[in-house]
This record gives sequence, structure tokens and C-alpha cells, in this order.
Amino acid sequence: MQNRRLPSGGGIDRGRPLAFRFNGKEYTGLSGDTLASALLANNVRLTARSFKYHRPRGIVGSGPEEPATLVELEGRRASANQAATTVRLADGMSARSVNCWPSPGLDMGAVNQLFAGLIPAGFYYKTFKWPSWHLYEPMIRKAAGLAGAPEAPPLDGHFEAVHAHADVLVVGAGPAGLMAALVAGRAGCRVFLADERAEAGGSLLDRRLEIAGKPALDWVADSVAELKSMPNVTHLLQDASVWAYREHNCLMVNERSPANSNVLERNWRVRAGQVILATGAFERGLVFPENDRPGVMLASAAQAYVNRFAVMPGERAVFFANNDSAYGVVADFRASGIEVAAIVDSRDVVPDFARKLAGDVPIRAGSVVIGVRGKRAVRGVTVAERGGHGTEKIYCDLLLHSGGWNPTVHLFSQSRGNLRYDESLATFVPDEAAQACVSVGGAAGKLSLASALRTGAEAAAKATGTEMPNLPAVVEESYSIAPLWQVDARGAKGKAFLDIQNDVTVDDVHLALLEGYDNVEHVKRYTTGGMGFDQGKTGNINIIGAIALQKGVPLQDVGTTTFRPPYTPVSFGAIGGIREENVVLPYRHTPVTRWNLDRGAFMYEAGARWRRPGYFPRDGETFQETVNRECRAVREGVGVYDGSPLGKFELKGRDVGRFLDHIYTNLMSTLKAGQCRYGLMLTEDGLILDDGVAMRLGEHRWLVSTSTAHADTVHGHMEELLQTQFPEWNVYVTPVTSQWNNATVCGPKARELMAALGTDIDLSPKGLPFMSFADGHVAGLPARVVRVSFTGELSFELNVAPRHMRDLWERIMEAGEPFGIEPVGSEASHVLRVEKGFLSLGHEVDGTVDAHDLGMSWIMSKKKRDYVGKRSVELRRRGNAIRRELVGLLPVDPNDQIPEGAPLTPGGERCPTEGLVTACVWSVVLDRWVALALLENGLSRHSETVHARLKNATIAADVMEPVFHDPEGLRMRS
Amino acid sequence: MMLIPCPFCGHRNESEFTYGGPVKPDRPDPNATSDEDWVEYLTTVPNPFGPVQERWWHARGCGTWLTIWRDTRTHDIVEGPSDAE
Ligand SMILES: [Zn+2]
Repeated sequence: MQNRRLPSGGGIDRGRPLAFRFNGKEYTGLSGDTLASALLANNVRLTARSFKYHRPRGIVGSGPEEPATLVELEGRRASANQAATTVRLADGMSARSVNCWPSPGLDMGAVNQLFAGLIPAGFYYKTFKWPSWHLYEPMIRKAAGLAGAPEAPPLDGHFEAVHAHADVLVVGAGPAGLMAALVAGRAGCRVFLADERAEAGGSLLDRRLEIAGKPALDWVADSVAELKSMPNVTHLLQDASVWAYREHNCLMVNERSPANSNVLERNWRVRAGQVILATGAFERGLVFPENDRPGVMLASAAQAYVNRFAVMPGERAVFFANNDSAYGVVADFRASGIEVAAIVDSRDVVPDFARKLAGDVPIRAGSVVIGVRGKRAVRGVTVAERGGHGTEKIYCDLLLHSGGWNPTVHLFSQSRGNLRYDESLATFVPDEAAQACVSVGGAAGKLSLASALRTGAEAAAKATGTEMPNLPAVVEESYSIAPLWQVDARGAKGKAFLDIQNDVTVDDVHLALLEGYDNVEHVKRYTTGGMGFDQGKTGNINIIGAIALQKGVPLQDVGTTTFRPPYTPVSFGAIGGIREENVVLPYRHTPVTRWNLDRGAFMYEAGARWRRPGYFPRDGETFQETVNRECRAVREGVGVYDGSPLGKFELKGRDVGRFLDHIYTNLMSTLKAGQCRYGLMLTEDGLILDDGVAMRLGEHRWLVSTSTAHADTVHGHMEELLQTQFPEWNVYVTPVTSQWNNATVCGPKARELMAALGTDIDLSPKGLPFMSFADGHVAGLPARVVRVSFTGELSFELNVAPRHMRDLWERIMEAGEPFGIEPVGSEASHVLRVEKGFLSLGHEVDGTVDAHDLGMSWIMSKKKRDYVGKRSVELRRRGNAIRRELVGLLPVDPNDQIPEGAPLTPGGERCPTEGLVTACVWSVVLDRWVALALLENGLSRHSETVHARLKNATIAADVMEPVFHDPEGLRMRS
Repeated sequence: MMLIPCPFCGHRNESEFTYGGPVKPDRPDPNATSDEDWVEYLTTVPNPFGPVQERWWHARGCGTWLTIWRDTRTHDIVEGPSDAE
């Protein structure tokens, strides 16, 4: 029953009723309503409970300034902590108040009110600190009762993040913003206009003004139509908050109702040449006892409800103001036939134009409200002269107050612009800009319609270098204010709230000052004033006023707190956009991926987003049986793996040899064309960066391979050195990882398989010895055959163009069938390299070890005077500190598996570790578990017994060389 | 998000670049420098409250390693001091 809906007027659609639920009850609103206006239309006055004291609260504002009524939306579009005034009503919407259980009418937490006197500023800090705040935090968070995060992502759509560019970004589509957009648009600039309300018009939507002799909303409609007709006006977004102003004129826009219904919300990153901030102004409240009762509302909000939503927020209103703007609201109330009992004006003199607007409504000048009757709804107010004399009780169900206007400087301040206190407006206004932005209209303290239009046009004319246009004629309004920071009349008793959302009162601020927190930033944190979702849009200046009054200093000296993003709450989903990891970081595949999947491979990520097969299970096999089968094929017959993901770079130029000598620890420049060499790269501080193979293709042409995971790092490393340290060196680096694929056949029968495949390359041990390569054909396909080995067996790495890879692979599998060939996954590769004691970055190389620790002193060239990391390794090894060195471990019980990462401690005792197990695999050649470990002084402790200490056991193991198979390397050289 | 001037690509979003850190002094000859100076070179990174010269890699662009002066207080990209390289 919308018994508070006015019979006519408003921007709602009376033909489209919308059913909704609030705290479990059914109501009906109209299309065009916000949740707040629909609740008021249904005469729902008690809509919330407060954060700390659980005091009953109603609706206070009409937009993002709302401090009291936060709701949680339920159902398919669940969302937490939304201001009821910014939630657009939708059919079937279900919402509930936060901070109260089970309902705001019967709130179990309300017992807090009985102890209100015991919950002063800093109460939490003082009380819940022993033994640790974290012990109390979950309980307090629950009691404080802000809504929880939704349990699942929204079901019916996704979020989106988009970039945009604009010559002029206009924030706000009120009179100043529209005027600015028109001027910039007519000048031919790319204009981006974003406005937080559902429709353009800003304050014009809430007021009854005329522009050029017609209703102001006609001018708004004409302006929007003109902007829409301009192709250079790239975006006209409504229901879109500009929530962050970042460096280099990058602003974030949260579009909450995009036209595409699949997109829940869209987040824009807009880079703008010039920003015009037409963000308007917020009315601030007055500070008097019980100023938080349901039915105490901002005058401008009431004006919006009457004019925009045709809702009567009460039946009999009293106004309380210290400035002229409330009188316009009184006039609108009278025009709508809503009774106004009195105007209480704290000023001694009320201007004549204001008196005219008030008509026959009695005005009590020089007076203040010293109390409000009614706990769950206003039943009346007590009024007195400023000093406290001459009290009078006035019956009313609505108290509308106005303490002045605060320009919405949030974005300007985020952009690092300075603020200055303006005496005539009694508030802070933008001063010096730090980026290419200008504030216009209400945001600049230009509160009248005429000055909004003028400043909007001026800013855009200046930004675009065009002439100032003729402005539409409007009635000039005047505005004056006499600041009243708080009502302190004798007889004024009760809590006077500065921050309604966080329950911060004047007494709290006084206590904070008394306890020595006298910087405004400290007061903010100690009292939590201004730290709610509303960021103190209605209350912050009053807090500054309270501090100034108490300390007896001007407001300018108190200053403001830092404004931070977001200006209004933003969903995490909107910030993220579509960032499910497969979208942002897609997997990389080789031409064999499909084959692998068809073959039932269990896929792993092999680093750098490459997907590789982990192992190829067969029916009835255990995991270990699968891995053993693949390993045995390589050790006893032949196996094949896809080595395509290894990083590959082609280096060309006269100075490549010299350059490789600088980045590898060993000598590369002595290689002859057709040869390759394993090498180690260090960082300048002496840690191992990567290992790989360098091949010399010709006099000035080389190919360098890297590990899969570090390809990008090595690329950056090479480019940085070449471009910043050696710009005069003639070396060009081309990443060719995706230009070369390779299938590596390995095992004692590899040469036989190659013969079966057919090749024009002499593969005999003399024709193509270990660590050499040749170009030719394999199975009729052009290929480069490289004799390197990562398994310790005879290996041929067959490099082909990607278009030939699948073909080559299938021919290998076909030709290999008589030899019992198996495709080999990364699990088996791991076993094979451990059996050989080949190092693996991330296992044995952990950021502390160097090549000497790994028993690879031979790779640290002594001939070279300098290379990256040389000096640092020498420095680190000086002083004979104990080092952890690579060893092999044979568990005393061959069936004991030691978990990778297990600590080694002397005797397995509970004491500092002397090393750790870096890898442990079932060896198919030894038929037992074998492990690699880093052990203190391990190189000189072979044949000792050490102990891995587990949670419930210790495992003894014998120390040996870190090689379990073919220590002479005869097989891979065969 | 900053807008970084690339000499080849013009002004591009920071997200296209990889940070390369503040510019250090030239690498000393490791065979002709004291331990202290070598450690100083390795570990001391300029960290001024104000303009700092730093490197960025246009990794998702043309691949250039470029050098800019950035004011750490504001993110403004500024002219370097007149006596700088
Ligand atoms: Zn570039």
C-alpha cells in the first residue's frame, strides 16, 4: 500500500508497479523508484539499526551520501552493503537491513544501547587488546553485523573491464556537467560523460527550476538528445560512478547497469586529456541531540523524494537550517500540499527572498532544535533560542535539516588537488589542481544554477579552445549561510551524531582530543568517524567543525582527512572484470596437445602456462606403474617426449660470442658451428638464473635454449644487458620458442628408430657426436637433429616447424611401435633426470646454492676474466661458511620413500636442520627409492648415514654421489 | 595507472611495461673494485623522495628498455636534472 505516494508528479512510471521484499515483507513500488523511495512510499520509516549502538534508523539522504540505511541484496544478484538510496528498484528484488537481527523492529543487538555510555571512542582498541585483537575480531565483526560477502558468484552474467580514451571526461550530468559536455561536444572533441544517477539532470531532477523559460528537465532532455546525436561524444553513461582518480588522468568508472543484460557491471579505465569535475555538492546535516532518529532527514533528500519520486516523506514537517537552501524545499512542500509546521533558523536574520518562499509558514529565527521526541519515529521536536531560553515543543513526524553544502571534492582530492576553506560557504572548496582537471558548478562551490551553467561552459570552452557560448537564461538565486557546527544550547541533551553510519558523536571527538589524538587523521582513526561506506559524505566537515570549535582554531587549520578511492562502493567483480585465469592467462599448447588428450594423458602445467602431459595412464595401472612403464621404455627401449615448450632464442650479430661469454658462466665463443654446449646463467648477485643449451648455427648466428618457465625472464635479462649496458654491441635477439617444435626420441634403441623413420643425416657416433647437431630431413620432413640428452640416454632432439610437428609425432609413434615406444610425460622425465643427478631449477636450485654446491665447479670458467655473477659467487664463498651441497641419498630401507622437502637433521633429532631432500623417486634402474638432497658439507660426506626427520618417523639414508645411473655418461654419448 | 612515453610507440599504459628498477651507477669492473664497492653496487638502490631515474621494459610493446625520470611523490614523469645523462 503506497499510502505516501503523491497523486501526481514525479519521474516514476505509475503504469509499471514493481513487487519487492524488504526484511521478509512484501511491498510494491514503481518503476523509477530507488529502494529508499519505495520504502518511504510504503511508509516504512524504521529501516536500519546503527553499527555500534544498534539505534533505530531511517532514511536520511537520497543518494550515495546515505549514512544510515545499508541493505544486503539477496537472490540471484546478491550483493552486500548497498545504500538503499542508490539501489534501483527491480521487480522481485529482495533486500534486508544490515546490522540487525532478526529485523530492525526487533533487534537483539539493541541491548547495546543500554551500555551506550560504556562504549566510548576507542572502546575496541582499549578493551579487546589482550591477548590479541584477533581473538575478538570475528565475534565483534559479527556483532557489528555489516553484511557478509555473497557465497557464490552471480549466476546470470559476468563482469567486464574496459579501457577508453577521451579528450574531455565530464564527471556528472547535472547542469554544469551537461553544459560542459555540450560545449566540448560541439567543439568536436571526444567526450566521455559519466553520471552516477539513473538519469541525467543531477540536482535538476530533484528541484522545480526553469531554464530558458521552460521546465529545467526539458533542457536536460534536449541536451541529452543533442549529445546523443554527436558521434564524437563517445560515451553517455548513466548509473555510472567515477570512483577513482588515479595518476596521469586515469579515472575508474563503475557502470552498474550496462545495456547488455549479460554484463552485470562494467568497469572503465578512462584516460582523459582533460577532466571536468561536475560532481555537484552534498548537503550536510546539523549536529543536535537525537539527530539520528527515523524521520530526521536532510532537507535536500526530502526535496528529491517529493519532486522526483512523488513521495511524501512525512505528513507534518519541521525544518531546521542555518542557510537559505532549505527555503526552496519549503516552497516545494507547500506546492505539493505537505504541511510545514515551522522553520527553525539558527540565524538571527532571514533574507527576504527566503521569507517569501516560506509563505505563511512560521519562522523561528535565532533558534535551534535541542531535542527530538520519539525513538522509532519522530513524534515532535523541542525548539529553543540559541542560548537555550524560550523552549517550545512542536508536534511533527518529519524533521528536515540543512547545515550547508559541501562540494563533492572527493575526486579532485584523490587527484592530489589542494582544498581551501571558503568562509562565505563555510566549507572546503577545490584550490590548486595537480592534474589536468577543473571543478565546475556545485563541485567548485558554485551552488546556483546560473553559476553551474556558466562554469561548466567556461571550463569546456577553455579546454577546447573555443568561444564561450550564449547561456540559457535562468533565475539567479542567492545563497548565504551562518555556520552552526553544533547545537550547544543549555538543555540540549542526548547523543548528537557527527557520523551516523559509524555512530560517532560530538562526545567521541571531544574524548579523542582529550586523550591526545588531536590531528584530524588521528581523530578519524580513533573514532572511526568518516570511515564508513559513505566515507562521511554528510558528516566529515562537521567533524572538522567539532574539532575546530573544541580547539578554538579555524577550520582551515584543522584541514581535511585524505580522500581515497572508491568514492562509492564498487563490487570486487567489477574491478576484476573477466579475469578467470584462463581468460587473462590462456594456456599454451603444442601441436601435440590434442594427441595427448586423445591418448588419455593427465595434463600438467609445465611453467609459463604451457600444458604438458604429466603421464599417460592405462587401464588397471597405478600411478607408479604408469611412471615406471614410461621410464623403462627410455632406459630399455625407446621413448619420445614433446620438448617444444623449452624457451628458444635466435641471436645474430658480430658480438654474439662475446655476449654469450658474458651471460653464461662457461666459455661459449670457442664453440664451432654445428656444436652445442650446456651452460649456466647467473644473476649479477651470483644466484642461478637458468640453465640451457647454446648452439652455434654459423659464424654470427646462434640458438639459445632456456628452461620452459624462465624463457621470459632470460629474454628480459638479455635485452636489458644489450640495451642498457652494451648498446654498442652488435647482437639481435629474436624469440623463436613458437617457431620451433621438437620431439625428442631417447633410449638405447633411439638410433634404430631413427633409421626406421628414415633420414639423410649421418647419425653414427662419429657422424653426429654427442653435443652436436645437423640440418636435414627426418621421415621426409625438414628437421634439425640435436644430440643433447636430459635423460642420460642416447637422444635425438628432432626440431621441426610447428606445421610438421603433429605429422612427425605420429610417424615416430608408428615407426616406434616395433620397439615398444612410449610417449613420456613430465613425471617420468623427472625420474630420469633424478637418476642422472641432472639439476632442476626449483628443486635443487633454490636461490641459495651455486654451481660449486651442485658439484659443477667445472662450469664456472676460470679463463674468463668476467661474466655475470662471477664476482658475487667468489664473494659469497669467501670466509668458508658451511654450504649445503648436492648429494644422492639411498634410503637404508629401499622401500622407504622420503617426502620431497623433508628436513635432514643430525641423527633425526629435533634440532636445526643440516639440509633437505630436494627430490625422491622410484628408480627403475635400481628398483628402489633414490633421492637427491642438499646437505651441509655434503660433497665430503659420501657414505655417511643421514636422517630425514618426518612428523612421526625418521628415515635413515646413505649419502653418495648424486648419480644413480651410468655415472660415466657412456650411454648418452653412445 | 601511469602513462609512460616510449620513444617508439608514444604514450602507452603502464600495464604494457615491466618495471626495471631505478637506474644504478655503471657496473664497476668487478676485477678492479673493492668488496665494499661491489656490494654497494649490487645492493644499494636509489630510493629518493622525488625524481628518480628508472628503467622500464616495453615488454608487451616494441621491446625497448627505456629510461624515464619519475617523481616518486606524484608519479609525474618529469625532466631529469640538467646535469643528468
Ligand atoms: Zn614501445
